[in-house]
Amino acid sequence: MMDKLSLYMQYPMVRYAFIVGILIALCSSLLGVTLVLKRFSFIGDGLSHVAFGAMAIAAVLNFTNETLIVLPVTIVSAILLLRTGANTKVKGDAAIAMISVGALAFGYLLMNIFSTSSNLTGDVCSTLFGSLSILTLTKSEVTLCIVLSIVVLIIFILFYNKIFSVTFDEDFAKATGSPVEGYNLLIAVVIAVIIVLAMNLVGSLLISALVIFPALSAMRLFKSFKSVTIFSAVLSVVCAFSGLLISVLAGTPTGSTIVAVDVLAFFVCCIGGLFKGAKG
Amino acid sequence: MSLIKVKDLSLGYDSKVVAKDLNFEVNMGDYLCIVGENGSGKSTLMKTLLGLRKPLGGSIEFGDGLKSTDIGYLPQQSIVQKDFPASVYEIVISGLCKGFSKSLFYSKRDKETVLSTLERLGISSLKHRCYRELSGGQQQRVLLARALCATEKIILLDEPVAGLDPVATKEMYDTIQDLNKDGVTVIMISHDIAAAVKYATNILHMGDDNVFSTKEEYLNSELGRNFSES
Ligand SMILES: Nc1ncnc2c1ncn2[C@@H]1O[C@H](COP(=O)(O)OP(=O)(O)O)[C@@H](O)[C@H]1O
Ligand SMILES: [Mg+2]
Repeated sequence: MMDKLSLYMQYPMVRYAFIVGILIALCSSLLGVTLVLKRFSFIGDGLSHVAFGAMAIAAVLNFTNETLIVLPVTIVSAILLLRTGANTKVKGDAAIAMISVGALAFGYLLMNIFSTSSNLTGDVCSTLFGSLSILTLTKSEVTLCIVLSIVVLIIFILFYNKIFSVTFDEDFAKATGSPVEGYNLLIAVVIAVIIVLAMNLVGSLLISALVIFPALSAMRLFKSFKSVTIFSAVLSVVCAFSGLLISVLAGTPTGSTIVAVDVLAFFVCCIGGLFKGAKG
Repeated sequence: MSLIKVKDLSLGYDSKVVAKDLNFEVNMGDYLCIVGENGSGKSTLMKTLLGLRKPLGGSIEFGDGLKSTDIGYLPQQSIVQKDFPASVYEIVISGLCKGFSKSLFYSKRDKETVLSTLERLGISSLKHRCYRELSGGQQQRVLLARALCATEKIILLDEPVAGLDPVATKEMYDTIQDLNKDGVTVIMISHDIAAAVKYATNILHMGDDNVFSTKEEYLNSELGRNFSES
């Protein structure tokens, strides 16, 4: 088995896949806590569907680097969703549902009508659940992924304290003069970037899992924001790495394998949490 | 000039008026208690003072060098915070996370401010504890510490003793009184008329009529007598 792995590792594409996979997993776990606690999970879900629609358009237009279309569309949608969501809660949720389902339907329709590919179901499937392996990423996509991940990481570290205060108590932050709207916008844009990134790794339907599971797992075991954030980052990276390893060795689809490992880790953390709770 | 001067203020949501014709002022060192029935708009008034909501009419003026963002506040407990993974230290230091003028990271002085504030409220031992596992009284103290980190000038407290047992309630009132004696201006919303009368210097009664008076005037008024007897 090690032989097989070291053989694979000689290919640059395999190494890229691991680097990209780990970076994406790291980024996507960072805002998990914020997403869960700010009730932004809905937005995350809606955005991933929008990203799917944009992806379909990019595919129909035969773009070589699809991310260049998908990213701006997703960012704009994130900002729009945030705007409507901020005013009235119910309407916000309905808007998200409308946009996300609409994007799904249009995306599929577009792909169906215009696609020249002989393997349409395969194309749709890989956009929804991630490509069979992320080895198919082109060099420019890999570069873009790495650059975006690093930008997300830097923003997160710089604004860590602000993100905490806005997530914990938006009203207090606003009352004491923080530009809360600006930070919410920043968070929405970063979420959009993460979603587009994660789409490469696990496909649009599984993105929420990648973003939310590590945070939920960490919240079972840890009690401070810092420790939860660090643990979910570590856990996400470990899960992505093991998932990639398994998928390369066993030939399983990358996205679902990684998410399956994340789910497994969540159950382990639940059990761990119960023990910790029982001990006091 | 007074710290806060409120003139003909009316409050509400969209166009639904919750309270109107509010007139009062708060001076340095005052202890203002806002009393009134549920739904009379006390929390709404607090949010308007903090700039979280726009007034429907009238004006709020800040004077004596007070800026609207110089107000620390203790919110009525919200649900989101209840299962938030955060340590006491993280929450209290977030009080220092203000505006753009502050740098992105906390300084050594910020950390010292937090430690001395925890000391002042007698919760140093809770520093590394998880917020959601604390008792109601301890949680309120943590939020009070955060408010004090945000400002030393004036704090707004929205029902700070709601849900506390009698002992914790007494301790909380004593702490607030100590702060007021140290020169912190206090505005407190309360259901508890007895406490309002005991600790406050001024009372704003919200309801069908909004009456602003000193404690003595309030006690002698018909309204005060009715309220304290019932
Ligand atoms: N977000 C809101 N939107 C619309 N109406 C609200 C909102 N919050 C409170 N209200 C209404 O405003 C009135 C005053 O509420 P509030 O200020 O919380 O009263 P109090 O704190 O004195 O109990 C109530 O009738 C309440 O139903
Ligand atoms: Mg209230």
